[in-house]
Amino acid sequence: MVFEKDLNLDATELRLGLPGSSEESIRISNKRALPDMNDDSGVAAAKKCDQETAPPTKAQVVGWPPIRSYRKNSLQTKKTEAETGGMYVKVSMDGAPYLRKIDLKVYKGYPELFKAMEDMFKFKVGKYSEREGYNGSEFVPTYEDKDGDWMLVGDVPWEMFINACKRLRIVRGSEARGLGCVV
Amino acid sequence: MNYFPDEVVEHVFDFITSHKDRNSVSLVCKSWYKIERYSRQRVFIGNCYSITPQRLIARFPGLKSLTLKGKPHFADFNLVPHDWGGFVDPWIKALAKSRIGLEELRLKRMVVSDDSLELLSKSFPNFKSLVLVSCEGFTTDGVAAIAANCRFLRELDLQENEVEDHRGHWLSCFPESCTSLVSLNFACLKGEINLASLERLVARSPNLKSLRLNRMVPLDTLQKLLMRAPQLVDLGIGSYVDDPSSEVFSKLKAVIQLCNSIRSLSGFLEVAPCCMSAIYPICENLTFLNLSYAPGLQGNDLTKLVQHCRKLQRLWILDCIGDKGLGVVASTCKELQELRVFPSDPFDAGNAAVTEEGLVLISAGCPKLNSLLYFCHQMTNAALITVAKNCTNFIRFRLCILDPVKADPVTNQPLDEGFGAIVRSNKSLKRLSLSGLLTDQVFLYIGMYAKKLEMLSIAFAGDSNKGMLYVLNGCKKLRKLEIRDCPFGDVALLEDMGKYETMRSLWMSSCEVTLGACKILAKKMPSLNVEIINESEQLEFSLDDRLLVDKMYLYRTLVGHRKDKPEYVLLL
Repeated sequence: MVFEKDLNLDATELRLGLPGSSEESIRISNKRALPDMNDDSGVAAAKKCDQETAPPTKAQVVGWPPIRSYRKNSLQTKKTEAETGGMYVKVSMDGAPYLRKIDLKVYKGYPELFKAMEDMFKFKVGKYSEREGYNGSEFVPTYEDKDGDWMLVGDVPWEMFINACKRLRIVRGSEARGLGCVV
Repeated sequence: MNYFPDEVVEHVFDFITSHKDRNSVSLVCKSWYKIERYSRQRVFIGNCYSITPQRLIARFPGLKSLTLKGKPHFADFNLVPHDWGGFVDPWIKALAKSRIGLEELRLKRMVVSDDSLELLSKSFPNFKSLVLVSCEGFTTDGVAAIAANCRFLRELDLQENEVEDHRGHWLSCFPESCTSLVSLNFACLKGEINLASLERLVARSPNLKSLRLNRMVPLDTLQKLLMRAPQLVDLGIGSYVDDPSSEVFSKLKAVIQLCNSIRSLSGFLEVAPCCMSAIYPICENLTFLNLSYAPGLQGNDLTKLVQHCRKLQRLWILDCIGDKGLGVVASTCKELQELRVFPSDPFDAGNAAVTEEGLVLISAGCPKLNSLLYFCHQMTNAALITVAKNCTNFIRFRLCILDPVKADPVTNQPLDEGFGAIVRSNKSLKRLSLSGLLTDQVFLYIGMYAKKLEMLSIAFAGDSNKGMLYVLNGCKKLRKLEIRDCPFGDVALLEDMGKYETMRSLWMSSCEVTLGACKILAKKMPSLNVEIINESEQLEFSLDDRLLVDKMYLYRTLVGHRKDKPEYVLLL
């Protein structure tokens, strides 16, 4: 009927069964007549029709893919950890009214990290040199490591840094003198 | 042979160890039956409802080792509701009451309670070995009882069980006098353990050959454990995260060099890829590598590692290794017999991690391949035909295309020809799992060629009853058949009812089987239990025989209906 099509009653109809599955596949509650046992092609046609028009999407099919629940749960936990657990550390900047948090796992190296920090706090990091640190810039990035010491960001390889870093602090150049400068 | 005294015959039987052979021997004559049953020490029961513990005990008074399996295989994929059955309690109670000197118990897909474990631990003074695979229902309290009471425990092996972790000190329950451990696997436990207790336990277990840790065991403890147990053959690493420049890591590198007996490596439940280089020295001798629970390792980490594993015979890995990575496996691991590639992201088709290309490379490079489990995003007939040309030794071939009814993406054809080629060229095939778009044709091939097939898993396949009939008629050695979401119905189910007595079990869910047909089958075959699992609210379903049955599980049994069925199971 034209009216029903326009109103899209199908979409809002309450029925039993998985979302996305058509009425053909309702089982227990549907006391329909048994398909003719000899009508193999009929059944086949109906089945194919089902598959073409309303295949169950992957996420909705119970028990598919056939992976042991233990394994599935295990991967799910790790995924959630990887996604939400991240490696979040606090970032403070001298003079800023509140702290921020960033996920170190998101960045591939120091340049990306600095860019993100610069964007967040509206400052410039300056050039790093092994000898002089960030000499010449007003703000210097530092971090607290696992031993509780405050270190200059950039001295150690990136992977080592993200494993060791507990929090970040952007220090005013004048205070940073003691860390990076050569006397 | 009848002229020999019983002791001589018994001595000859000592050399016959396989269950199949001993079963055959017992059927020869009454005298052999008697001698065999008194001398039998190991019994395997594939379906715990096929026999009762009382009859087991009566027949085999010398029983020392029992293996039991409970729930049907599809229970692994949440198709069997909670509390369906498979309880080990009646078995342990019966054995405890008897004079059986049980030494070993191996359970798979069974429900195990803490009380059962405690009873087990206190009833058998010589108990040596407990292996639990995919079981549930117990907590670390039960594990603690085993640790505390089994004075001569050699093996405690917990594989992929759902264990409620009470964070008790189960590990500390091993008494100081316990020095007999050979194998300890607690990788599936989620909670913290007392690390000092673990170190002391390992230190006083000179025979320890296999140790698999959970993710709560950090790298520095691992280093200390390896110092105590450099004789390990099988190692499962828990957490493997550290700063490569640290002193602990240097110590680990040094001690790993001493562990030259390690042949099997698994775990890496938490891992920092930069630490993997310490493992390379033991890779040379590895025969089994299981990285399927290490999603922290990316494709190139895996590839780099595998390049060192020239002697590998079995590899379990995640699909993030990619087709290229499988190519590296193919060119490095010439001794490879078994490959399992698991999906790292079962629901995301975004990154097509492995495809038919990886499988083809493996088949070309690994001539000894005989066992495969392969999850992939797509497969082609051409690839399968190539694999069939390259590999003719498959015993197990399980292919899972993640999209359940996906056709060959190149030709848009069903995968009948591809699987047909596999069964035609692999005459020793015992286990097969199908997937992808499939018609009745593939079953025609299976019935025609898979003469040694014992287990077949089918999902979303076939067009008509003919499909199932081809299989039932052609596969003479079929023992387990499990089918879901296929258009197979009453005609196929009822054609050869006697067939099911030659099989362990048949599972059919979301097919076209009616209640009436199940009733007919149950009536004609009293040696079968026909179970209907009905989870809906339908109460009057005993009235309408035309009703399609959602889940049916039938199995042969010597002891009739089971007494422990839940309400939602109807036994016909």
